[in-house]
Amino acid sequence: MVPKNKIVLQVFHPVLHKSRVNRVLLEAVEGLEGVSIRYLYDLYPDYQIDVTAEQEVLLQHDIIVWQHPLYWYSSPSLLKEWLDLVLEHGFAYGKSGRALEGKSVLSAISSGGSRDTYGSEKGLKFSIRDLLAPFEQTVCLCRMNYLPPFVTHGTHMLRADQIAHAAEDYVRIIEGLRDGSFSEDDIMKQKYINDIKS
Amino acid sequence: MHEQDFFQNALVYLLAAVISVPIAKRLGFGSVLGYLLAGIIIGPFIMGYIGHEGEDVMHFAEFGVVMMLFLIGLELKPNLLWGMRRSIFGLGGLQLLLTALVIGAVAVALGQSIGAGIAIGLTLGLSSTAIVLQTLAEKGLMKQASGRASFSVLLLQDIAVVPILALIPLLAGSSQGHNSSTEVQYIAGIEITGWVQVALMLTVITGIVVVGLYLVKYFFRIIARTGLREIFTAAALLLVISTAALMELVGLSPALGAFLSGVVMANNEYRHELEADIEPFKGLLLGLFFISVGASINFGLLGSSPGTILSLLAALIGIKFVVLFILGRVFGIRGGQNTMFAFSLAQGGEFAFVLVAFSADNGVLGPDTSAILFLVVALSMAVTPLLLLLNDKIIMPLVFKSENTREEDTIEEEETPLIIAGFGRFGVVLGRFLIANGMSATILDNNPENIDVLRKFGFKVYYGDASRADLLASAGADKAKVLIVTVDDPQKSLKIVDQARRNYPHLKILVRAVNMKHSYELLDRKVDAFERDMLESSLLLGIEALTHLGYKRYQAHRLAHTFRKHARKVLFELHQHHQDDEKLYLSETKRHTMELEEIFRAEKEDSGHHLDSSWDVSSRREEASELNLSAREESS
Repeated sequence: MVPKNKIVLQVFHPVLHKSRVNRVLLEAVEGLEGVSIRYLYDLYPDYQIDVTAEQEVLLQHDIIVWQHPLYWYSSPSLLKEWLDLVLEHGFAYGKSGRALEGKSVLSAISSGGSRDTYGSEKGLKFSIRDLLAPFEQTVCLCRMNYLPPFVTHGTHMLRADQIAHAAEDYVRIIEGLRDGSFSEDDIMKQKYINDIKS
Repeated sequence: MHEQDFFQNALVYLLAAVISVPIAKRLGFGSVLGYLLAGIIIGPFIMGYIGHEGEDVMHFAEFGVVMMLFLIGLELKPNLLWGMRRSIFGLGGLQLLLTALVIGAVAVALGQSIGAGIAIGLTLGLSSTAIVLQTLAEKGLMKQASGRASFSVLLLQDIAVVPILALIPLLAGSSQGHNSSTEVQYIAGIEITGWVQVALMLTVITGIVVVGLYLVKYFFRIIARTGLREIFTAAALLLVISTAALMELVGLSPALGAFLSGVVMANNEYRHELEADIEPFKGLLLGLFFISVGASINFGLLGSSPGTILSLLAALIGIKFVVLFILGRVFGIRGGQNTMFAFSLAQGGEFAFVLVAFSADNGVLGPDTSAILFLVVALSMAVTPLLLLLNDKIIMPLVFKSENTREEDTIEEEETPLIIAGFGRFGVVLGRFLIANGMSATILDNNPENIDVLRKFGFKVYYGDASRADLLASAGADKAKVLIVTVDDPQKSLKIVDQARRNYPHLKILVRAVNMKHSYELLDRKVDAFERDMLESSLLLGIEALTHLGYKRYQAHRLAHTFRKHARKVLFELHQHHQDDEKLYLSETKRHTMELEEIFRAEKEDSGHHLDSSWDVSSRREEASELNLSAREESS
């Protein structure tokens, strides 16, 4: 079966060798049909992003995943550099910039804090969705569809079995998106895409 | 000398030098042997272009030695010299005494008188400053253990010439009756004796030190202000010549005086200018000196009694070598450095010509003995470059190979994941980086001198030619993961790559590429990675240049990146192209210029994607102003 959607995982993780969660998630989705994984810190260790090559990758996929840990309530800096350079005026946005129209973007992030600390009275002022607003806005300006994020919370405290569980969820979501097995309404009403039932 | 003679002589000397030195260099013999051969060829026994005036030329050319010592002095700050006192007086003194003793004893055993024995011993104990220092400098050994030790010994010999010259007239007594008149010296026609002369010597030396330390810089400041280069050169020559003349006048060695004035001027602000000015004169005069030594070899005498002469030659070199080798050991010179040290000083020196003549004049030596000594010394000088070549090519590798086989066992025990072939300037940086990050590496290098130094600093470096299959095997290539080839000779580099590929297909091979052609060959061989040497450092300096020319540093950095990427692309394209029409290229040099042309052309045609266009807001500004305009039109 030819997959309905081609997915690319753009991984932005500067210290993957020290990662507990992201590495397991990646191992789980490694080799899935129709899913390619790219490690941006390895591709551009000197931050010299090959804009042409990156734009080509975007054109060849339907769903783009930005997978990264949450650093200071945002992404590692290479993703910001990537956004700045790759999403060019006239390519991704602007009057004639329609190359990415209709594609979907998913943020797959990991966070040390628990789900209920974000956006609560006692904990952190903003929710994960609040914090991801710049990414969401960027995606919207490029006429793409920003999916509810895939979030792994409390990474410092997770036991191996809990991480394995998160990885199973990740595989389920990625496969579902690839095969188009979730309804669009169902997806968009979720706070986190993790919560969607198969 | 008539004018016509002068031109003809100059023509012969220069022609001989210009033809033979490049050939000798090309064959790996060094310039000294080239000059000597040139001298032999134009000398009285082969082509006969120069005859007995060769000896006059030799005396004139000895001044090259004076200049050389002046230049060496300039390099040697006084505190450095002071630090060498042990090796100068200890090693140097013992060398002269022991050698003189053994050679003297042999001479007496061969039927010379005691006095003649002492004269011969001391005379032959001296080595050739000109040959040794020129050769060592050419090989870049002056800063190494063998170079410093050789220099110490030569310096002491230069000092010793003074007392030897004083001693020789006294020796006449023991062979031919007392002759006291030689003790009296004349300076400027005035009779001088004993203590007065010593006082004069001290005055002159003090004068040189004071003038060199405090006054010379003012002198040169005035000269420099004239802005006339040739006057500065003249002043530099004047300085050296006047020092030498003064020293000679009071009966000291001119070379020693020049050396002394060099040392006291080592901190002088005009030092580099002086060096640059004297250097060519020194080189030419030394060349002339070597030619005249070559020309002075008496092949007639050699032909009439080859057995005697050659066995004397062998005895001279043998005795000197053994004494030097033992002393080198005692003074802590190790392995190959010590054989280098002993071989380099195992000949007779230019002072021997002076001393032999002086001894003959004083009746210490008979004319036959003098002629034989003269010939043996000249031959020993001619043989020295050959001995050093022998040491380099045969003995050093043997010494290190025996050390290496012993250590190969430990290599195998350690099983390092990394082998670095070639540990010169490129390999050292790479190796330091990897070792600093906890990697253990087996390092192979075939330059014995590198190994000596690097081992001293605790690197595990082994002697060997990495293109040999057995050496790669003993370095543990079957267990290693990565082989880095950093040798700078493309042929050798490719040989190593091929060997490794053939025998150890699992090995990742990373290579330093030296030039375009080498890069193509590496692409053909599909090595795992290669990097052009020089590329990075040139680009980094290029970034600096752009920054100083007004670019923002980050902008310059990005431009360098674009260039780097582009250079890589061009390389791949040209590689394709070259596979297509390899046969079009006639010669290497032609190929090189053509390549350069191609690179520049390809670079002009395509400057690559503009990396920073996202940061350039002009397209957005245009669009914004268009919108503004249409909005205004609508509202009006």
